Amino acid sequence: MAFVAYADRDEVHGHDPDTFITKYIWSQDHKVIAIQYGGVAIFVGLTALVLSVMMRLQLAFPDTFNFITPNDYYQFVTMHGMIMVIYLLTALFLGGFGNYLIPLMCGARDMVFPYMNMLSFWAYLVSVIILLASFFVPGGPTGAGWTLYPPQTILPGTPGNELGILMMLLSLAVFIVAFTMGGLNYVTTILQARCRGMTLMRMPLSIWGIFTATVLGLLAFPALLVASIMMIFDLLLGTSFFMPAVLSMGQASDTMGGSPILFQHLFWFFGHPEVYIVALPAFGIVSDLLSVHARKNIFGYRMMVWAIVGIGALSFVVWAHHMYVSGMNPYFGFFFATTTLIIAIPTAIKVYNWVLTLWQANIRMTVPMLFSIGFIFTFTHGGLTGLFLGNVTVDLPLSDTYFVIGHFHMVMGVSPVLVLFGALYHWMPKMTGKMFNVTLGKIHFWLTFLCTYAIYLPMHYLGILGIPRRYYAYGGADFIPASAQSMNVGITYAAIILAFVQLIFLYNVFWTLFKGKPAGGNPWEATTLEWQTPDTPPKHGNWGAKLPEVYRWAYDYSVPGAKLDYIPQNEPHHGHDSVESDSDDAVDEAKE
Amino acid sequence: MQQSALTDYAFDKPGHSGIVSDWSSDKQAFPVPWGKAMMWIFLLCDIFIFAIFLIGYMTVRISSNVPWPLPSEVFALTIFGYNMPLILIALMTFILITSSGTMALAVNFGYRGNRKVTAGLMVITALLGASFVGMQAFEWTHLIVDLGVRPWENPMGAAQFGATFFMITGFHGMHVTVGVIYLAIVAFKVWRGDYESRGYEIVEIAGLYWHFVDLVWVFIFAFFYLW
Repeated sequence: MAFVAYADRDEVHGHDPDTFITKYIWSQDHKVIAIQYGGVAIFVGLTALVLSVMMRLQLAFPDTFNFITPNDYYQFVTMHGMIMVIYLLTALFLGGFGNYLIPLMCGARDMVFPYMNMLSFWAYLVSVIILLASFFVPGGPTGAGWTLYPPQTILPGTPGNELGILMMLLSLAVFIVAFTMGGLNYVTTILQARCRGMTLMRMPLSIWGIFTATVLGLLAFPALLVASIMMIFDLLLGTSFFMPAVLSMGQASDTMGGSPILFQHLFWFFGHPEVYIVALPAFGIVSDLLSVHARKNIFGYRMMVWAIVGIGALSFVVWAHHMYVSGMNPYFGFFFATTTLIIAIPTAIKVYNWVLTLWQANIRMTVPMLFSIGFIFTFTHGGLTGLFLGNVTVDLPLSDTYFVIGHFHMVMGVSPVLVLFGALYHWMPKMTGKMFNVTLGKIHFWLTFLCTYAIYLPMHYLGILGIPRRYYAYGGADFIPASAQSMNVGITYAAIILAFVQLIFLYNVFWTLFKGKPAGGNPWEATTLEWQTPDTPPKHGNWGAKLPEVYRWAYDYSVPGAKLDYIPQNEPHHGHDSVESDSDDAVDEAKE
Repeated sequence: MQQSALTDYAFDKPGHSGIVSDWSSDKQAFPVPWGKAMMWIFLLCDIFIFAIFLIGYMTVRISSNVPWPLPSEVFALTIFGYNMPLILIALMTFILITSSGTMALAVNFGYRGNRKVTAGLMVITALLGASFVGMQAFEWTHLIVDLGVRPWENPMGAAQFGATFFMITGFHGMHVTVGVIYLAIVAFKVWRGDYESRGYEIVEIAGLYWHFVDLVWVFIFAFFYLW
């Protein structure tokens, strides 16, 4: 039974949406959905940013802000973590950039199932509303920490142990449904709806990163879903999946025989791949940004692809390195430490390749390039501290200290966020058709970059001093020197500046929309397909009458003998104008 | 033919070279409709959900220090004075596997373009599925009313027996129910002739889901009733 590939079919005239509502609200266009996803994600992200400032205020000036109670503090910690990891980073990378870039970069008119794609966004919005509504229920949101470890999550004494945690679990379940609907679309579109000539090994690395991350999400979110369902049962029905016999506040619980460790395994079986769900799209996107703005092909494209896939596969067998102090067989610790350190190999390959892409390149210090270089710094930094925490014996004293906070904020907080900003600046001219204010962009970068170092570098030192994390106040503990408190004050100042600096970015977005100069179709002189659309911003259907056709890989920059220093992917070969270093085109040409 | 645009498909190649040429082709990695590709990917995702449910169940059961009820006693029915262990579940399993057979026939008749027979076989499949859900409701009633099993307690031993049993068979039963509704809708559209022009892949896609639900049942059956 022959099935005609999408790119080979006769052109079908779709029904273009004509009313305002079908165009911008209940839109099935991937570009509009992407911007809807992005807008909501940035909004909740700002909420979480405000929460982090409140936490920093409390830590720096423990007796000053009376409106922050210990319960509030734990609720802020929890909501900040959960929002940033799932509702901002996952949603913005996959729902936002995944939606925007996949059809444009693969040469498709839209996602394969646009209606389901639309449902994905609306389900995401519902999950965000449930999450934010938990601020207003009796007891407030859950304060159990973003890892939601039982039994304390649902025992009295933890803030939000009844309604707050229920809203959180429901919101997660809805989010997972939303992600699954979107994720199935992304994976199927990448595998099945590419244009002519677009082989997997000609795809830009952004698409490889988003693709692998989506596969990870589809396979890792089930663990969180199952854990959430079980915990909802423990909460509402009084089952004992995760609840042992506990003596809580002088009262014995009805529960018996459950295993809190089981929850930790389930949570981290999701939680570790989640780190790479956030990191892999960042890896992919930053590779493209570096290559475009360095006017040079990405170093070792094939190796970069396999590194992404390899990291994705390995991320499923390292989860218990989050549980060294939870108690487990020492041989397991040995196994998980080994697999964790093996991940350093593909990761290091990527970092070397980024640096080698910059080596002797014709670097244009644009705003996206600044953010990309910033990413290489913060990511290397966070990766190196990961080596400390991956080893069992080194991890034990550092567990639950500020060292851990410094590490994971560097590696999966700041680094992906820098890439997000780089990517937003990079694709804003395509999304809006206008160029942003470059000076403001550069100010935004430098202040953000310097403030993140001012915040997280001292935290490593605090952690080595042994200062535990998630404490509301430290009182007069003897082992904490007075200098630690002054350092906390300094970190807080930097955090406040950082938070206000983000207003520059928001201002820049509106400046671009209302005052930006038209950017043209391809302001960065990039090769990938999204810059070759007939209209900017691309119209419904993306490509006009005819789908594009791809003749080369995505990185033909500074090709010797070529007219320009870039050759778009959809430009046919004329004689010997291209050097196909490690793409498979040489073989294809030989065949023809 | 355009230079360098890869247009030659080699989907008919056997073995490894076929896999390599599928994955290295342009346009698409598999010569199947989008819906079918997406269903396979969704099933992969669903496999993880059920696998994690079952692994959670095994962990809970192994680590329980209260005795687990004996399946041959819990799941026995007394019919005409004879105590018959696992009789109901044997029947349920038989019905579900039979429904897989009728579903496979429906797919075959769909591709032959025989829409009346296809719709009929799909309705039979859906009815078998509905009877499975009905018997599951009967079994739940038996456990809850006659034996006093609850999600939070169990007079015959470990409380987690009830919790895992209701959760996992309930989750599977929900899948079967969704499948019955899905089959009924597709059967109606097949009967009405909606797919005459578009082709009958949708029958196979529904079939994939149905076979998956059956296959998962085999594992649940093995781990709950035979362990």
